Amino acid sequence: MYPFNYHRPTSVRQASALLGKSEDARLLAGGHSLLPMMKQRLAQPSDLIDLGLVEGLRGIELKGRTLQIGAMMTHAEVAASDVVREAIPALAELVASIGDPHVRHRGTIGGSVANNDPNADYPAACLALEATIVTNRRRIDADEFFVDMFETALEPGEIITKIQFPVPRRAGYAKFRNPASRYPLVGVFLAKRGGTVRAAVTGAATCVFRCKEVEDALNARFAPKSLDGVTVPTDGLNSDMHAGADYRAHLIVVMAKRAASAA
Amino acid sequence: MGESGIGARVQRVEDRRFITGKGNYTDDINRPGQLHAHFVRSPHAHARIRSVGIAEAQAAPGVVAVYTGNDLRKFVPTSDDLEESPIGDLICGWLIHSKNGEPMKAGSHPAIARDTVRHVGDQVAVVIAETKRQARDAAELVEVDYEVLDAVADPLKARASGAPQVHDVATGNLVYEWELGDKAKTDEAFRNAHHVTKLNIVNNRLVPNAMEPRAAIGDYDPGTGVFTLYVTSQNPHVARLVLSAFVGIAPENKLRVIAPDVGGGFGSKIFIYAEEVVCLWAARRLARPVKWNADRSEAFLTDAHGRDHVTDAELAMDEKGKILGLRVHTTANMGAYLSTFASAVPTYLYATLLSGQYDIPAIHAEVDAVYTHTAPVDAYRGAGRPEATFVVERLVEVAAREMGIDPASFRKRNFVKKFPHQTPVIMSYDIGDYAASLNKALELIDYKGVGKRKREALKRGKLLGVGLSAYIEACGIAPSKAVGSLGAGVGLWESAEVRVNPVGTVEVLTGSHSHGQGHETTFAQLVCDRLGIPLDQVSIVHGDTDKVQFGMGTYGSRSGAVGMSAISKALDKVVAKAKKVASHLLEAAEADIEFKDGKFTVAGTDKSLDWSAVSLGAYVAHGFPSDEIEPGLKEGAFYDPVNFTFPAGCHVCECEIDLETGKTEVVNWVAVDDFGVIINPMIVEGQVHGGIAQGVGQALLEGCVYDEAGQLVTGSFNDYAMPRADDLPNFQVDVTVTPCPSNPLGIKGCGEAGAIAAPAALVNAITDALGHEDITMPATPQRVWRALQKSKMPAAAE
Amino acid sequence: MPSITITVNGREVTSEVEPRTLLVEFLREQLRLTGTHVGCDTSQCGACVVHVGGRAVKSCTTLAVQCDQAEVTTIEGLARDGVLHPMQEAFREHHGLQCGYCTPGMIMAAVDIVNRHGMPDEKTVREELDGNLCRCTGYHNIVKAILAAAEKMQGAGQPIAAE
Repeated sequence: MYPFNYHRPTSVRQASALLGKSEDARLLAGGHSLLPMMKQRLAQPSDLIDLGLVEGLRGIELKGRTLQIGAMMTHAEVAASDVVREAIPALAELVASIGDPHVRHRGTIGGSVANNDPNADYPAACLALEATIVTNRRRIDADEFFVDMFETALEPGEIITKIQFPVPRRAGYAKFRNPASRYPLVGVFLAKRGGTVRAAVTGAATCVFRCKEVEDALNARFAPKSLDGVTVPTDGLNSDMHAGADYRAHLIVVMAKRAASAA
Repeated sequence: MGESGIGARVQRVEDRRFITGKGNYTDDINRPGQLHAHFVRSPHAHARIRSVGIAEAQAAPGVVAVYTGNDLRKFVPTSDDLEESPIGDLICGWLIHSKNGEPMKAGSHPAIARDTVRHVGDQVAVVIAETKRQARDAAELVEVDYEVLDAVADPLKARASGAPQVHDVATGNLVYEWELGDKAKTDEAFRNAHHVTKLNIVNNRLVPNAMEPRAAIGDYDPGTGVFTLYVTSQNPHVARLVLSAFVGIAPENKLRVIAPDVGGGFGSKIFIYAEEVVCLWAARRLARPVKWNADRSEAFLTDAHGRDHVTDAELAMDEKGKILGLRVHTTANMGAYLSTFASAVPTYLYATLLSGQYDIPAIHAEVDAVYTHTAPVDAYRGAGRPEATFVVERLVEVAAREMGIDPASFRKRNFVKKFPHQTPVIMSYDIGDYAASLNKALELIDYKGVGKRKREALKRGKLLGVGLSAYIEACGIAPSKAVGSLGAGVGLWESAEVRVNPVGTVEVLTGSHSHGQGHETTFAQLVCDRLGIPLDQVSIVHGDTDKVQFGMGTYGSRSGAVGMSAISKALDKVVAKAKKVASHLLEAAEADIEFKDGKFTVAGTDKSLDWSAVSLGAYVAHGFPSDEIEPGLKEGAFYDPVNFTFPAGCHVCECEIDLETGKTEVVNWVAVDDFGVIINPMIVEGQVHGGIAQGVGQALLEGCVYDEAGQLVTGSFNDYAMPRADDLPNFQVDVTVTPCPSNPLGIKGCGEAGAIAAPAALVNAITDALGHEDITMPATPQRVWRALQKSKMPAAAE
Repeated sequence: MPSITITVNGREVTSEVEPRTLLVEFLREQLRLTGTHVGCDTSQCGACVVHVGGRAVKSCTTLAVQCDQAEVTTIEGLARDGVLHPMQEAFREHHGLQCGYCTPGMIMAAVDIVNRHGMPDEKTVREELDGNLCRCTGYHNIVKAILAAAEKMQGAGQPIAAE
């Protein structure tokens, strides 16, 4: 790890000011993506701004038909929350499957969403559930938020404060893990709200995306059987030693079926 | 001593320190004034070093020294004269001759590269600083000017004409071209065959990944001129021998090697590595201790890897399925340098086991050992024997399927049934009952119910398969005469010393080294059994060349069969001496003294003395007839085995393949092993579990991959899949027993069996499920999914 | 350099640390609590697991400065007054360790599993061990030990948290 300056602000305002002071400053939430990168000397922030003591970034509540989760809520807290389990059980299940128990004790929803790792679970839930990412400055639709690999719509000095999820009628998540890293090779989150189904896929490409073929099939009828015979094009899908694009395309349909039967 | 003697499930005495965080591993040790080393490593698989710029690094905060390969040449640590006189390079200790009689072509293996780097991770320079962080920070300032050269990572491509050369001395990258067996006789067997089964087999390269990364501390005492090396080693005495006699660090009497608690080895810590040499050398030069410990990333790049064979194999049968002959051609990837025992692995530890459990009249094996621009390959749990078992057990399984014979029956038909049995490939099997272990295994897996379970699984969208592996290994390595005639640079006996204290407590000094095997418990059990004293009165001392005079270390499932036999021999001498003492104390004839359950009695009388009284008597020594009895009670022994031991058994794997994803789940595992006499069943079962896990890892998960340019693709746990708890089932472990006739304890050895047996059992199960043989290890979900496309699906049961 | 105050195994420690110091480095190098091990550099092996605020975390992926004012328990703090924790006892009784290197992290993770799940079934234990690698045991006896300890910890009705 390269040396850096460490800051521990107590308000979003202070954190934002610190973030604006240096081009190479980074926010530290759970640190379970950033610190491993820094340990490998692949990231060299000048300043780390620890959000651990910042007020107003915690809490889980259901406001009407909207589930609201503070950015610094850990995966373990979200997974164990009765509010989440009742409102969107598929989300609780997704969160309970992130990384391993120790990662879930430190990793946060805000950190995961801001990092936009192409293999992360949370972005699939955000995109399928039409989440709103709330920052210290504005509200951003999930559709606009996830731009590309490790790239989001966040601007310099902008800090995620909470994520809002509209409660769907049905939702389900299924993933197939990379045998080594245990990140999803393919993860599919399905959500049905009103009359439409959204299917978000993570792990399969450079960024989370909606899968039209799956959505079309499930919009006809929301049932695993609707996906029989559906194929997904391999264009844009990742190909690596663990899974070729064709295998990933195949797994998208299989995981969509499993998510549909779980929903 | 029933409760703690031979055969008892004694809880391990070493556990208390490990479960309370009081273990003492090399990285837990810190010496006063200690410096830290960080190695600059090559990012290229093959390059010429034009220059190494160290000025900036030398000037960095905390840096004490920066050395390159040429510095190592210019300085003899043990000499006061600092004239040019290079310390030696690393060596390979087993000389193999090619079939044309030429000795193997070993390229030089400097501790730090001098002019050429030959694999990613090769040492180019070392930075030594006050702290670990300073050393690592400064290492980034070392400027190496490389002329990048073409590289070759694939052993078959390395043999092609025009392939990049790894060492000039090895033309065509050929280290040796070796053969074993009778070619003419084997050819004849194939000419007479009714059926021939052919397979092309890739035995995948593995990274050992003991959980404790390698570490070393070099220390030098200018007052006495004594060097001390603390190191993660499975065999500290062999390390001292090599570092003295070949590398020339110091004479043995001035070099102490300590291998404290070692966090797993699996072979990878047998070898003498560059970093250890450099830490010792630098400690003298800087007159301060120098410590190095590997990151996991460095372990992936520089620990000796395992396996990596490409094999064409053929099995010839008569019309009844009786095996007539076996023909094998293997290309073994040795990596960029010959590691300490690398040359022996694909030859005498491999081809000598190609007869398996079977009576095969003719075998001919050819092995080409090849250099590539990859990390060195050497012994990894099983070392050659897993590769041999995989060849044999895949062949017999496929042969049976092709001939329409039940694979279990096919095996039974061909088992060796009479002992001793001389195979056509050197080994003479002393004892065994192969049908007994196979039958027991079939019963435990419910072999008869397989068809029903297949139909049930299919209803759940799963393809069920069952696979057998009837393995044999040659352990108890090894008779010194035999290995000497085969090219080993050392004899493979073991030593022990039993020291009885005046109060009767016992210290046993052993040349074996425990790094997970539980020697402190099992070795003590033997002592309890023989001397009739409680376990807590016995201490096992190992891992320090200043305490233990000499030893060959722990590998090849040898510590029970060879190490304990040495202890047994020393105990015999101790008891004989104690009887002498007792006869004096009891005023009886020596021939009348009986020793049982810790008590010396005079036959036919009620006169007796217990162990502690005799021990004390030996040291009090009042009135000993000095020409007959020396004071004291301490005896040593060297035990040289008269034969290898031959653990054997049968593993059966039942797996289910998810038809949609290709993911294979191991749903049941039965192991029935014959390890001869067992000292502690709990520990033996643990060894079997761990071995199976590594074998399942090889078959399903683990594969070390280099790309065309020689870059390591699987350089961390992110890409190299290690078996986790939910990848594995509970194992059903059972035994059959035929005591080994060639050592005093009847022990055969158990440490490697699981890793040897498991891959073939699992791949046989997968191919049974798939209905065809076209799958390579590791059978990842993707590979199995692709293989499923070629399978004819059985009709779903109604 | 920032100054931090951490309660480690019930003892308050105040120390200056470079911000880039990992918790595991602080424990091993500054406090010489070498029971906590480092088995990888990519945050995957779990040899470094300790409890921070009563929860299992990877001390190799936590900065020491983040733990200012926190309570940390390491393997050295698990036994109380010389009495082994039931999880330590169970690992010994069921041969849940061989080389011992992964053991401290494994035991700390195991205590955390039982703290959260009470009486988990075998499948849950295996899944919950996702973040801990062992190369020796094949996990068979580790799983057995955790299940046995869970029963004892329940049966004893004692506070099961290490903290």
